[in-house]
Amino acid sequence: MAFLELINVSKSFGVLPVLKDANLSLDQGEFVAIVGFSGAGKTTLLNLIAGLLHPDSGTVKLNDLEITAPGPDRGVVFQNYSLLPWLTVFENIFLAVDQVNPNWSRQKKRHHVEHFIAMVNLTPARDKRPGELSGGMRQRVSVARALAIEPQILLLDEPLSALDALTRATLQDELSRIHQATRKTVVLITNDPDEGIYLADRIIPLTAGPAATLGPCFQVEIPRPRDRKAINHDSHFKNLRRDLIDFMLCSKQQRHTTLTRKLILPDIEPEDLSRSRPGFAGRSFARRRSEIKEETIEVE
Amino acid sequence: MSDYVELSNLTKTYPAPKGEAVIVKDFNLRIRKGEFVTLIGHSGCGKSTVLSMLAGLNPISGGGIILAGKELDGPGPDRGVVFQSPCLLPWLTPFENVKLGVDQVFFTATKLERCEIVEYYLTVVGLGDSMHKRPAQLSQGMRQRVGIARAFALRPKMLLLDEPFGMLDSLTRYELQQVLLQLWRKNKVTALMVTHDVDEALFLSDRIVCMTDGPAAEVGEILHVNFPRPRERKAVMEHPDYYRLREQLIEFLEVRAHRNSKPTPVAPTPDGLRPPTAPSRNDKPKLEAITA
Repeated sequence: MAFLELINVSKSFGVLPVLKDANLSLDQGEFVAIVGFSGAGKTTLLNLIAGLLHPDSGTVKLNDLEITAPGPDRGVVFQNYSLLPWLTVFENIFLAVDQVNPNWSRQKKRHHVEHFIAMVNLTPARDKRPGELSGGMRQRVSVARALAIEPQILLLDEPLSALDALTRATLQDELSRIHQATRKTVVLITNDPDEGIYLADRIIPLTAGPAATLGPCFQVEIPRPRDRKAINHDSHFKNLRRDLIDFMLCSKQQRHTTLTRKLILPDIEPEDLSRSRPGFAGRSFARRRSEIKEETIEVE
Repeated sequence: MSDYVELSNLTKTYPAPKGEAVIVKDFNLRIRKGEFVTLIGHSGCGKSTVLSMLAGLNPISGGGIILAGKELDGPGPDRGVVFQSPCLLPWLTPFENVKLGVDQVFFTATKLERCEIVEYYLTVVGLGDSMHKRPAQLSQGMRQRVGIARAFALRPKMLLLDEPFGMLDSLTRYELQQVLLQLWRKNKVTALMVTHDVDEALFLSDRIVCMTDGPAAEVGEILHVNFPRPRERKAVMEHPDYYRLREQLIEFLEVRAHRNSKPTPVAPTPDGLRPPTAPSRNDKPKLEAITA
């Protein structure tokens, strides 16, 4: 039986259908990446799983129980970190642990928090406020906070897209390591196919919106630990990358209602502005190479 | 005439407390008419400096640039520039933004013709329905489409692209590369692009010029990309040379680009910050630290 299940989930905002008949089923311990265009409804999908939104129709089930509200069994890492700016790294994580495990002893909570700070390599920055941290470090705090409540499933909403390429690569490695160590079920939302391929066991494309739905899944059969450079020699990687990118771009193209419109591009040569403009005595008509040509183009 | 653009011994120096800071030194490059050339290198290596000198936005310290038989001096509409952020005037619609330049360059044409030109390019980049909205109502990807249309509409002799898709997410980036290539195919305008995205460079260019790290950046090596045109992404990615070239580029960026920099490790520092290689030449890293 599936661990997390989405059955015919649809969601619209007003008249705008965002998700339509999305189906998903996840096993425990799986790392699944959902890849989609910006604005396709990726975050909506994640919010449905997190319980922050309710589907208009269909059901979201975790462990065969329907999800109706947010809860500590699901840890969410948001794109914009969502840390409390007046609390230190330690306090931010402590807050979450304290909420979820109120009857633990203070000592135990402390140890627990320290453990997760160490897991994301932030021990030196333990007493700093978010304002004193770089984007990458803030995102680590956010990951540590989500892990510290020991959720059954970790939901990552484009956690790395606000970071520069170098920091992103480091954090990808770290996510991969944490997943290997904890064997948590992870749903990663991303718009980068490469990130999905590098991290996930399975990639599920979200087709372009409106009324997006989940496409066929792409199994990533690259042995772990994965090496960013060696992966380039893997023929499975090459094919997967090509097929995935091709699928994404095609799904977007299908959305284009092809209407043919007649456009006229006048065939005029640009004027040389470095020369003084011709006055009344000069030439005041455009230079043409030929008669006006009409061109028919297909537009989206 | 085989060489359309010629950069010879191009040098850029800035006055610094200790003598002069040499950013680019003796940079030589020749570009044929209709060629698409990409400059690739790490951030801060001086590739944008070369481009902005070519655009005439940055004074040249030494050497010179010849475009179509004329030495360049200052900016002009014969070079269309696509900036990293689209730099649209927020109080004008995309239509008006593009028309601003078109009115200047085609001032001898009739009003109707100028409108037709604007409409044509905006429709080709896929903004047929949104050309009368405000920039604030458009997504980042759509704004960048306006930037591309604006550059092409002037019918420039040369197109300069400064990390045109750097601010977009990867899927939108793939999409806009296709848009750019379609327009470029029609016009065959000579183009020079600056990027650090390996896939982007391979997909678009005829030639990739790898730049070594600054200071005193120069041409490291040149890769010829011979994928048949017109290019389709799927066919390009299936080409037997694709991953070989890709790896060669990645290897260059990771290892050889650091030829004359201090022996700092390429691997990121443990706390995930940028490695401390010459970060302060432009103000970008500082800015990031503030906005982050």
